[in-house]
Amino acid sequence: MSGDIFLTALPNSAAGSFLHRFANPGRFLRLSRWLLPLLTVVALVALAVGIVWGLWFAPADWQQGDSVRIMYIHVPMAILASSGYLALAVCGVLSLVWRHPLADLAAVEIGPVGAVVTAMCLATGSLWGKPMWGTWWVWDARLTSVLVLFFLYLGHIALIHAFDEPQRGYRAAAVLAIAGAVDLPIIKYSVNWWNTLHQPDSISLTSAPTMSTSMLAPLFICMIGFSAGFGALVVARVDAAILEGRARQLMTRRLPDQERAA
Amino acid sequence: MITTTRTGGRRGMTRKTRRLWLVLACVGCLGVATALVLNAFSSNIVFFMAPSQLRDHPPAGDRTVRLGGMVVAGSLARTTEGTTPVNAFEVTDGQAAIPVRFAGILPDLFREGQSVVALGTMQKDGIFRASEVLAKHDETYMPKEVAEALRKSGKWDPRFGKPPSAAEWDTMTRTEARKITAQGSGAPASNGSNGS
Repeated sequence: MSGDIFLTALPNSAAGSFLHRFANPGRFLRLSRWLLPLLTVVALVALAVGIVWGLWFAPADWQQGDSVRIMYIHVPMAILASSGYLALAVCGVLSLVWRHPLADLAAVEIGPVGAVVTAMCLATGSLWGKPMWGTWWVWDARLTSVLVLFFLYLGHIALIHAFDEPQRGYRAAAVLAIAGAVDLPIIKYSVNWWNTLHQPDSISLTSAPTMSTSMLAPLFICMIGFSAGFGALVVARVDAAILEGRARQLMTRRLPDQERAA
Repeated sequence: MITTTRTGGRRGMTRKTRRLWLVLACVGCLGVATALVLNAFSSNIVFFMAPSQLRDHPPAGDRTVRLGGMVVAGSLARTTEGTTPVNAFEVTDGQAAIPVRFAGILPDLFREGQSVVALGTMQKDGIFRASEVLAKHDETYMPKEVAEALRKSGKWDPRFGKPPSAAEWDTMTRTEARKITAQGSGAPASNGSNGS
């Protein structure tokens, strides 16, 4: 039954109808037909504006100078690394509790994108740390917890492909994604709970950002651009996975028929 | 057909609810366990010790520790021994100040009023001998012109710590900042020329 999700619609249960509306791969393909171009256009336009604004027109920082421009890449990557893992954990809950088949596919496809984003966050942070702090890497709470997040992503990718029977891989990876989510509040609050070399957040929901608006505006546009790009990559990958699954099922269905005919 | 789907659906519902509670309970237990572990190890997770902590709990023997705090304004003395630069400065957290000696090149961001983290050992003479000094910048990002305007208008001296609340300056444009700097620098500059 579960193997048939690529070809058949799922029965609608009363409570899960909202969730199951999106569990239907056909419906997802129809959704992505306009969502994917939209996300792609938003990503390209926002990144073109945000990166040029940030790297050339935004002011240099009074003490960090031009090195501060790494922020326009580093901060969106850091935010996407955490939110990507949050998405994995949500997929894990949908998979374990509601047996949502599309959530499993999404988890397979979010993992590698999230891992790359986390690697970019670590790499840009390291490049920023050397000229400013005087070191590529320290084992403070913020840096270490993000490194743990990177390994959680790698573990998730490995685990979800580790079983011959995909369902068991999905189940195990979902458990890892949910358990690993305890790292997210640690990353977020590490700079407040313990003293770290990494400075506390400049942008928060509760107080005014401790950043000049002339830097905040391009940063915000870069965040929108990178987030839309992340979304576009994931949607395109899920699309491809659904089509691949369909093609494979049509082939395996046709094979016995051909054998019988022959 | 419809009735069987319905009852099946309802039984499925309770199974889903049970699974949901199970997942929530596991996440809750894991969260509590992590919180307890982190709380127990909190003194090992901190990256550095403040000068007052180091004064109250001096490390045993010549154990290597990290000392973090603000460089006291006016305390920096740079000399050279042979070809290596030797830097002496004091690090404070507002409650205690500890003299630090560091032979080597300081990071670019190092200045009086900047937060630094020094790795080293506490000597018997009360001087912290550092083998590595890292600069720790704060979460404030402002253009040079705005920093200059705040300094000229007397709202902030970077040698004495954090800038004023962001609401005072975050919407200040560079043009406005240059205007304030031009006005502010007018008076002291003319005074200076009169004096000389």
